[in-house]
Amino acid sequence: MNVLFDNWDIYWEGFIGTIELTAVAAALALVAGVLVAACRVSPVAPLRVFGALWVTILRNTPLTLLFFAVVLGLPRFGIVLPFFAFAALALGCYTSAFICEAVRSGVNTVPAGQGEAARSLGMTFGQTLQLIVMPQAFRSVVPPIGSTLIALAKNSAIAGSFSVVELLGTYRTLNEMGYSIVWTFVWIAAGYLVVTLSISAAFRLIERRWEVAR
Amino acid sequence: MHSLGRPHAIRGAVRLAMALTVLAALVSAAACGRDGTPPPKGPDQRELPAYQVDSAADVADSPTWRAARDRGRLIVGTKADQPYVAQQDPANGRYSGFDIEIAKMIAADLGFAPDRIEFKTIASANRETALQNGQVDLYAGTYTINDNRKKSVGFAGPYYMAGQSLLVRADETDIAGPDDLAGRKVCSVAGSTPYQRLQRDFPRVKLIGYDSYSVCVDNLISYQVDAVSTDDTILMGYAAKVPDQLKIAGRPFSQEPYGIGVPRDDRAFRLAVDDAIARHQANGDWRRAYDATLGLSGVPAPEPPAIDRY
Amino acid sequence: MTAQAVALYDEPGPKALARHRLYGALALLVLAGVVAWLVYKLFDTGQFTAEKWNAFTYKGIQELLLRGLGNTLRAFAWAAVLSLAFGAVFAAGRLSDHRVVRWLSTLVVEFFRAMPVLVMIFFIFIALKVEPRWALVAGLTLYNGSVLAEVFRAGVHSVPRGQGEAAYALGMRKTQVMTYVLIPQGVRAMLPAVISQLVVALKDTSLGFLISYEEFLYAGRQIATNLDYSLPFIPVVMVIAPVYIGMCMALSGLAKWVEQRGRRSSRTG
Repeated sequence: MNVLFDNWDIYWEGFIGTIELTAVAAALALVAGVLVAACRVSPVAPLRVFGALWVTILRNTPLTLLFFAVVLGLPRFGIVLPFFAFAALALGCYTSAFICEAVRSGVNTVPAGQGEAARSLGMTFGQTLQLIVMPQAFRSVVPPIGSTLIALAKNSAIAGSFSVVELLGTYRTLNEMGYSIVWTFVWIAAGYLVVTLSISAAFRLIERRWEVAR
Repeated sequence: MHSLGRPHAIRGAVRLAMALTVLAALVSAAACGRDGTPPPKGPDQRELPAYQVDSAADVADSPTWRAARDRGRLIVGTKADQPYVAQQDPANGRYSGFDIEIAKMIAADLGFAPDRIEFKTIASANRETALQNGQVDLYAGTYTINDNRKKSVGFAGPYYMAGQSLLVRADETDIAGPDDLAGRKVCSVAGSTPYQRLQRDFPRVKLIGYDSYSVCVDNLISYQVDAVSTDDTILMGYAAKVPDQLKIAGRPFSQEPYGIGVPRDDRAFRLAVDDAIARHQANGDWRRAYDATLGLSGVPAPEPPAIDRY
Repeated sequence: MTAQAVALYDEPGPKALARHRLYGALALLVLAGVVAWLVYKLFDTGQFTAEKWNAFTYKGIQELLLRGLGNTLRAFAWAAVLSLAFGAVFAAGRLSDHRVVRWLSTLVVEFFRAMPVLVMIFFIFIALKVEPRWALVAGLTLYNGSVLAEVFRAGVHSVPRGQGEAAYALGMRKTQVMTYVLIPQGVRAMLPAVISQLVVALKDTSLGFLISYEEFLYAGRQIATNLDYSLPFIPVVMVIAPVYIGMCMALSGLAKWVEQRGRRSSRTG
């Protein structure tokens, strides 16, 4: 029971590690996801093909294999980065495929008439996107992105087996010290619950705020 | 919602290509394939000694031994990727190395012929778990004896005294010993004794942990880390495999007694294993096994350590 | 052009088409450049030498990989069957009329959905000391079963209300309403989602690699980190990745086909 209080610093270090990895990977995934979504809906054919390939390959590859290939494979090409960077890269790219699909389906829910009306009013592409399409798409895009980011937070646990400091990896240190394994895991599970529930609550707040703005 | 015409055609084509690749791989696998195994690197293993099986062996007080006898085979946990110590050929699944020979000696004294031994690969971090839940009857795989581990498992032996050392790239000139490691990246197996010693005694080292040494060696060769640290036996094996790429740096800076892991509460079993080790040390099998495996690295056989019956 | 993108831009006129063709050519150049660099790097670091691929020509290695693949599929089959059962049981629990059953089922389902699969697998493997294969299957079942419980429940709820009301008006009891009216119709709606979740389960079987279950990725690593075979890491990845991607794409393709068939028949029905 006192596993947590005796080893607060170990747990805390792992917890912060998980949060850092989740945050960096989420940022990368959102940016990459939006860019690839732009590729998929663009009128330029090679970009569409690239976007489709990106999404198909990353959605159908197990994350463990991706970690394996990135952490152990990229150094062979001369790209030597700290393990955290590799983990964030793998996790971010993997999740970007799901975010891309969410954004794309969100953009598709906006009726074509909205765009036509905007353009008949003389708005440029940028204005149409910013003032008309994105605000409407945003509402339907937020829930799936929320659940994708929760999945990302949970997937960060895999990074612990690839030399990244995060919450699940702490069980090894604590097991060696001889603590009760069940309680060690109870506190690890609690840590993950805190992370997933916080993200879920944050997204519910965002959804509610946008509903009011309507 | 209408679906985009061309990307779907492309996706269909990609999917077809993937399926064909899979099919081709499976078909080619079924059709052709050389028998045997790819030739190993490094010096060839010499002929191994044969051990006489004691068919009258009876350790009636030991539940572990009785379970193994009823099962008909002894399950031994070991490593799979430590050349000349405990290594498994992926092509045919056969194990070889010094620790494997020790396990065969002990099994012979317990009444199990070599074909009645089932070897299982267990990673370092899971050794105690495997012994506690009966996944293996005993563990022989560079298992260092220490008091912390004695809380969860028992140790027979020690049967060999190793020391922690460093493995570096052949062209490395900056590292001559553990004191040169400040700020450098060193790889070891998470949770192992060498890992803990580095954490404790050399805090300025940037420690990287994996679950097996082969990955560490891989990282060393691809410049991800600057050194691999573990028992000199394991490192000697790797260096012997690829002497043009790796070399040992400095002398051993610790004492690592290797023991046979056994279930903690089965005292009769542990003492029987102790007896087996002592017998084979006395009749020369120990030295013959060493010469045929670890001895190939060029280091002559040391004196076997005294056995600790506790 | 297509109907999908019309919200963002009109049908391109001649000037716009020319501009798009220019962008297309530029994009193609950049992508071709990246691919060329990758291929150059592969050749440069000697990934296509006979030395690296030699290991694959041996039957023993091929059998090792096929055994790993077999183990992956076996774990997947067990996990799929058990999670469908788990999902069905707990969906029934969540739809139950008894408050206690409903709350308990909700608690179980929500807990296992919020936990990372790996935490559960590690817990079962290390704390409960279960052997790797069953620890993997159990962890996958708990997670995917909980998600499937939600999918089943959503499927039942997606059936138009009138169907249920009419069934009750005819005097059917709850079990009969479920069995004869709601579930058969709900199944068609939920089948694509169920198959998608099974794809997730298939991908997650690779987590067995982290608890030393000898599945496909584990077999690959055994070959890739072997000094005797000159550490053929990239060749191993080039062999394993297409197989995984192919399997998952086949399953996703099945989901899409089922979805399209369902849509087609519901349009006529």
